[in-house]
Amino acid sequence: MNDTPILRTENLTYIYQKGTSSEVAALQDVSVEIRQGELVGVIGHTGSGKSTLIEHFNALKKGTAGRVLLDGNDIWADKSKIRAVRFRVGVCFQYPEYQLFEETVAKDIAFGPRNMGLPQDEIDRRVKEALTNVGLSEDYAEKSPFDLSGGEKRRVAIAGIMAMEPQVLVLDEPCAGLDPRGRATVLQMIADYRQKTGCTVLLVTHSMEEVAAIADRILVMNQSRVAFFDTVDNVFAHAEELQTMGLDIPQMTQLMLSLREKGYDVPVNLYTVQQVYDTIFARWKGGVHGAQ
Amino acid sequence: MLSDITIGQYYKAQSVVHRMDARMKLILTVLFIVIIFLCKNFFSLAVMFALTAVSILVSRVPFRMFFKSLKPIIPIILITAVLNIFYIDKGTVLFSWWKITVTTGGLSTAFFMAVRIICLIMVSSLLTYTTVPTLLTDAIERLLSPLKVFHISVHTLAMMMTLALRFIPTLIEEVDRITNAQKARGADFESGKFIDRVKAMVPVLIPLFVSAFRRAYELSFAMTCRCYHGGEGRTRMKQMKLSAVDFVALAIFLVALAGVIVLNYFFTALI
Ligand SMILES: Nc1ncnc2c1ncn2[C@@H]1O[C@H](COP(=O)(O)OP(=O)(O)OP(=O)(O)O)[C@@H](O)[C@H]1O
Ligand SMILES: [Mg+2]
Repeated sequence: MNDTPILRTENLTYIYQKGTSSEVAALQDVSVEIRQGELVGVIGHTGSGKSTLIEHFNALKKGTAGRVLLDGNDIWADKSKIRAVRFRVGVCFQYPEYQLFEETVAKDIAFGPRNMGLPQDEIDRRVKEALTNVGLSEDYAEKSPFDLSGGEKRRVAIAGIMAMEPQVLVLDEPCAGLDPRGRATVLQMIADYRQKTGCTVLLVTHSMEEVAAIADRILVMNQSRVAFFDTVDNVFAHAEELQTMGLDIPQMTQLMLSLREKGYDVPVNLYTVQQVYDTIFARWKGGVHGAQ
Repeated sequence: MLSDITIGQYYKAQSVVHRMDARMKLILTVLFIVIIFLCKNFFSLAVMFALTAVSILVSRVPFRMFFKSLKPIIPIILITAVLNIFYIDKGTVLFSWWKITVTTGGLSTAFFMAVRIICLIMVSSLLTYTTVPTLLTDAIERLLSPLKVFHISVHTLAMMMTLALRFIPTLIEEVDRITNAQKARGADFESGKFIDRVKAMVPVLIPLFVSAFRRAYELSFAMTCRCYHGGEGRTRMKQMKLSAVDFVALAIFLVALAGVIVLNYFFTALI
């Protein structure tokens, strides 16, 4: 990972239904820098503008004001290169299973690569690899996508984006509506994919717990603005503010907050059982020694 | 919630017209159409024009909204106007060339027709701008309910209309969503020959139909679960009540009707 931003927004603002009585400012003055190779978790309450933000990353929406820069170039500078931007920034939307349309899973995954104009053998290779990436066996390739379970459809849809081999992979709530095991599988799959390809990943989610475990940095959106954008530790240091924004903070963080309310001087930026155990255990030991 | 369900036609505002009973608005719109076809000269038309203007002002719907609904009709207005100018041979000749003659009669008829169409469009858009579609279908159902005598299931028709209207925005949203998702995979809807563009629609249409059928199933299950069994013995959550405003509006329209008849009588007919 290096520090040069691959994706950057400058004072991005977006207003839905501009010029009518029902204007909604979905993004206001959003300036963020996504670094090459990092995994950014994007969280925020419902309606905070997360989905709107990522639709700007692959030029599906054009900001009412502000710019989006990919590798330092304004993505809207050359209209004829918009498609190229979409191949470089692969976006998988919320509930992507509803975009499947081909007769077979393989053909559906091949839709993106085919649009890129790749030769057939390269397409075949990518389809095969994408299936492996999402943990589906080759038996699935010839099935109809409409005969799959919800979770399987979801994976096929994600594979469809991975097959384009984008530099930046953006996933909007890939775990929404899945059971705990399904979630864990999808998250693991994303982590593995990133390990393997070294691509930059943006992961939109509601669950802090999910994102805390695998993200390098967390972008917190609140009421169409950026509330925090920092490392996981630093963001959780603001646990109380996160709670007032209507976000579910991890259970362990919550525990630390309650301890602090009771008058114990404990850090609140802890989010796994292990961390809490280590901290409290060390403190307890220290306390015992200190008393003697 | 219900007021959120619109077909992009409804314009939210606080006004007397918005508060009026949907049935009365529907009746008055029909009445307006009848009266405007009774107009025979510019004096009676002026009355209707004034009525249109006042209704629009009172509704607090900005004028640009009306212009928006008028825009697609402009070619039709122009074509009728041009045809009238060339075909009507009445009054003094202003201009004559080859087979074309333009007369004062032709010009004034053209203008008359144009104003009439514009008033018609404005008033019917006023109805949709100030009335939520669900209320409108509800009003239609109530006004048509006497047709039950002929064993026409007005309720079913109205329910179908309500559902169709209800799902227009949903389907539009769905098309948007699917289009975006396919664009994200590099689908190209803008370039290529006609055939290519039609083919490019397939990745949007298939998921759209799949989800429309899914929605239809879900909705019919949900309706069955809530014991929906058609209109028989069904009561309403929202009662429609006529209020003073409705009667005042009706009175104004009736006065206009009387005015038009009188003016038609006293001045020579143009058409
Ligand atoms: N098509 C639209 N028309 C009008 N307003 C919209 C539209 N889409 C979204 N909005 C509004 O923009 C704001 C941001 O929406 P967005 O979808 O980006 O939220 P989100 O953070 O992705 O929420 P969620 O977590 O529920 O997916 C919301 O207030 C929403 O009501
Ligand atoms: Mg969203």
